[in-house]
Amino acid sequence: MAHGDAALAAGGDGDAVMTVTSAVSTLDQVMQRWEPVIGLEVHGQLLTQSKMFCGCSADYIGSPPNSNTCPVCLGLPGVLPVMNRVAVEYTVRSALALNCEIPEHSKFDRKNYFYPDLPKGYQISQWDMPLSLNGHLTFTVDGEEVRCGITRVHLEEDTGTLQHAGDILQQARSSVVDLNRAGVPLMEIVGEPDLRTPAQAREYLVRLRQILVYIGVNDGNLEQGSFRCDANISLRKHGDTGLGVKVEVKNMNSFRAVHRALEYEIVRQGRLLDQGQTIAQETRGWVEAKGATISQRSKEYAHDYRYFPEPDLPPLHLSAAFVDRVRAGLPELPQQLAERLQREHGLSAYDAATITAEREDARAFEALVAAGVPAKAAANWLMGEVARLARETRIPLPGSGLGLDGLASLVKLVETGTINGSTAKELLEELYLAGGDPAAVVRERGLGQVSDQAELERLVDAVIAENPAAVADFRGGKEQALQRLVGGVMKATRGRADARVVTGLLRERLAP
Amino acid sequence: MTLARDQVTHVAMLARLGLSDEEVERYRQQLDAILAHVDRLQQVDTSQVAETAQIGGLVNAWREDVRGECLPVEKALANAPKRRRDHFEVGAIQE
Amino acid sequence: MSGETVGELGARLRRGETTPGELAAQARSALAALDALHPVLRYTEALTERQAGRAAQMLADSPEQAGPLCGIPFAYKDVLCVEGVETSAGSKILQGFIPPYTGTALARLLDAGAVPVAVTNCDEFAMGSSNENSAFGPVGNPWDPSRVPGGSSGGSAAVVAAGAVPFSLGTDTGGSIRQPASFCGVAGFKPTYGRVSRYGLIAFASSLDQIGPFARRVADAAHVFTAMAGHDPRDSTSSPAPVEPVSEQLGRGVQGMRLGVPREYMAEGLEPGVRTAIAAALAQLEKLGATLVEVSLPSTEAALSTYYIIAPAECSANLARMDGVRFGLHVDRKSLTDTYLETRGQGFGPEVKRRIMLGTYALSSGYYDAYYRQAQKVRTLIAEEFDRAFETVDALVCPTSPIVAFPKGDKSDPLSMYLCDVLTLPVNLAGLPGISIPCGLSEGLPVGLQVIGPRLQDARVLRVAQAYEQATAWHTETPPLPPAVTGTPS
Ligand SMILES: [Zn+2]
Repeated sequence: MAHGDAALAAGGDGDAVMTVTSAVSTLDQVMQRWEPVIGLEVHGQLLTQSKMFCGCSADYIGSPPNSNTCPVCLGLPGVLPVMNRVAVEYTVRSALALNCEIPEHSKFDRKNYFYPDLPKGYQISQWDMPLSLNGHLTFTVDGEEVRCGITRVHLEEDTGTLQHAGDILQQARSSVVDLNRAGVPLMEIVGEPDLRTPAQAREYLVRLRQILVYIGVNDGNLEQGSFRCDANISLRKHGDTGLGVKVEVKNMNSFRAVHRALEYEIVRQGRLLDQGQTIAQETRGWVEAKGATISQRSKEYAHDYRYFPEPDLPPLHLSAAFVDRVRAGLPELPQQLAERLQREHGLSAYDAATITAEREDARAFEALVAAGVPAKAAANWLMGEVARLARETRIPLPGSGLGLDGLASLVKLVETGTINGSTAKELLEELYLAGGDPAAVVRERGLGQVSDQAELERLVDAVIAENPAAVADFRGGKEQALQRLVGGVMKATRGRADARVVTGLLRERLAP
Repeated sequence: MTLARDQVTHVAMLARLGLSDEEVERYRQQLDAILAHVDRLQQVDTSQVAETAQIGGLVNAWREDVRGECLPVEKALANAPKRRRDHFEVGAIQE
Repeated sequence: MSGETVGELGARLRRGETTPGELAAQARSALAALDALHPVLRYTEALTERQAGRAAQMLADSPEQAGPLCGIPFAYKDVLCVEGVETSAGSKILQGFIPPYTGTALARLLDAGAVPVAVTNCDEFAMGSSNENSAFGPVGNPWDPSRVPGGSSGGSAAVVAAGAVPFSLGTDTGGSIRQPASFCGVAGFKPTYGRVSRYGLIAFASSLDQIGPFARRVADAAHVFTAMAGHDPRDSTSSPAPVEPVSEQLGRGVQGMRLGVPREYMAEGLEPGVRTAIAAALAQLEKLGATLVEVSLPSTEAALSTYYIIAPAECSANLARMDGVRFGLHVDRKSLTDTYLETRGQGFGPEVKRRIMLGTYALSSGYYDAYYRQAQKVRTLIAEEFDRAFETVDALVCPTSPIVAFPKGDKSDPLSMYLCDVLTLPVNLAGLPGISIPCGLSEGLPVGLQVIGPRLQDARVLRVAQAYEQATAWHTETPPLPPAVTGTPS
């Protein structure tokens, strides 16, 4: 059973077609007959200090309802917007990172529609003259290079948020509005319908998110919605160049949800088409609990946004010098960084990709290497124990008690043979949150490896004397018996001996 | 050209203006007359003319990214015709 | 204080013969006496008292540093926001709205020590040419209460014409200061677009709106303009260009100036009385040493159509925020859409609905290019024609309105009302400064002379107007207020 099939089985949203059993096809079967055409629209909140058109905070999470508002973002009569320069710069920065052109002239427009989370009754957005055009993003899925066009990256303002008295919108008798989010700078990245599989769509999003986080314009939080994705998907016969009727899918707030929702839609649409039915052009919402998309049919009146130039905002004229300055400020992008780490530090492609997945990890890696930690050791620690602790504690290394310097000193203690690996792991666990200087702790507690040759020899001799049976076994050819003896020495040193040295000494003593 | 009734009701719905039947008919006639006058615009040759959305010739009128003061919640909500605790309240969203 | 100018009142204040509080109280009773004309919607009460105290302190602290407006009472149009004072834009939908902030122009006047006394009646959301579209009832013209004062700033024009306050504030989107100034026989000045901040002005048409003063003397209008003008970081469309001091231009006369008379503005359609008064005014300007030059603004006829696409289009979006959620009228219905429909259907008056419909239509899918985009292009032509005219002349002089104040109810057909603005709205489309000053009477009703200047040449416009004012006595004519108006209000 393919993934999509499982989704369908769990779905059962009452859609009549879902109960038809005669034409049940799996995802694989559908994809043999039909080619999915997927385009993604991503909205990313910008990490500015203030909102797009007023001085309220762009960081609204956790503020009491309607406490992060002013006359401008409340849309009171008589107020006017003034655009945030940094929001424009961040959008241009993003567009450049996505290989877009930056036209000299652009402008803002009003997009008119009524909804309670939209205080002015129009959203200030960009229509026919966006800040950027014609970019692309290249990435690899299953060893195959995929190039997805970026139609445009433009700038607009976020809406407020609605809460409904019932948990289901359709049943809510009343809703309440919080405008803390209204007016937060929002960048829209419109992708071309160049994606052909859910896996490609997912990878596109992963890469896009990574870039935005790397260049410092977005925090990439899908759960809280600072990075949001809508998908357009249609099916067509393999080899066709035209486009089928497209369905817009919303409400996906994880990469996994995007993947599952697209699989679900492919199967749903494929089955309908197989039955000779037509696809309704509509918006559907992904319902995680049901594992299904549900039509967001409502008594909606045909949209007509009546865009026109925003008369309250003079147009933008971005000179070549402005664009060059933003370009010069672009940090190294993840792909470039991964290539450089392979080149300079001999990391494998896999390690380089893993280390650069999060910008924080890549920074930590470089800091460790700069502090004298060998590259391979730095990569292993970061990808292994440190990643686990960061996940479990939900605190990344730079913010932990140990910090980068602490980790560097800890790893160096291992590299110089002062402590062994298991001591280091224990110390990391202990100091990760609490903090402290690993070298000092090792000194104070005497955790350093027993490296005094005479001392070790004395302990080895004692263990040999106390374990005649094991000695006999070993001499009788049982290699494993040696491990028992090594264990005995380790126990006596409370793990502080170098197992390799101990093994060597034992072999020496027990040599025939 | 003559404006049809359903064009008037469509526009009224876009603008969220509840109109009585009598109003729809009155606006249909009045808008018709106004549009007949305004249609003179079509006779002006503007093939070589740029559009003017704004008159001042300003560009890049932006501000620095600096935090300003917010309103106290009570002031933000003071004019609300309906509120529930610290939210603005609206009726059922779905039809 | 009836009829005294800003200068006269300021002199009395500085001589210690009166106080800001006393002047405010006198203004208040003079305004109350106009009740039958209905130019005032509400008094600013606590704000008046506070601001009179502040002005008195400023005068006491340093009389020489206190500006010319310190302690002077005034009234402002019901579309300007002042923290804590109800602003309803002449509409039921905003009734009871109390702004939590003060707009820039008003804040600057308050900082100059001027004392607000009353909020004046106007056409709903400043849409109208007769003040008959106010949700709170029409305003009567002090010269003849059965006639309109013009609009949309009719209340502000009437209170100055009646001598109750020395100046007032209005807003001008297509003539809403100049036309009522003309109808009421006072000076009404619309500055260059972007010269006075629009922050705090409840928008009608954002690319056309501008705040400006009414006064009985050009010099007084200049004082008010000076106090309000200049760049405002809260209004992205406000001009960062420095404000040319008006004082350097006032009093220099028109000797040697070239004044253009747009042929199209003198065409048929002018009432004979208006034509006669304007002809005399032009002759007067020539006598003062100006050279009159006929110029042509061929797109004048298209301007009306252009305006009645662009202004309604912008207003259809600007008024979308009146949705009954955060402020104003809320008519509760079961569904959200019905709540919107009823709130807006009941809250807006007929003219506002008409313009929202017109603007929504012009922007809607399939009509945008034919109407809105074409209007924007014709707007370019109109602005270019003015530019070309100003290559050969220093300013334009012409009638403000083709007609004098008409009887209430006379223009029930919307199109005939719109035609009242043909001579004023091109100025808004081109963003130019323009003023109307009294230049005669036609059958006992005032006629206005309009002076139009190039962008940012506000001082020049005031200079030409003042030169004419000082050479004539029309500005001293006062309305023969009938007993119903001068008597004690009921
Ligand atoms: Zn705000």
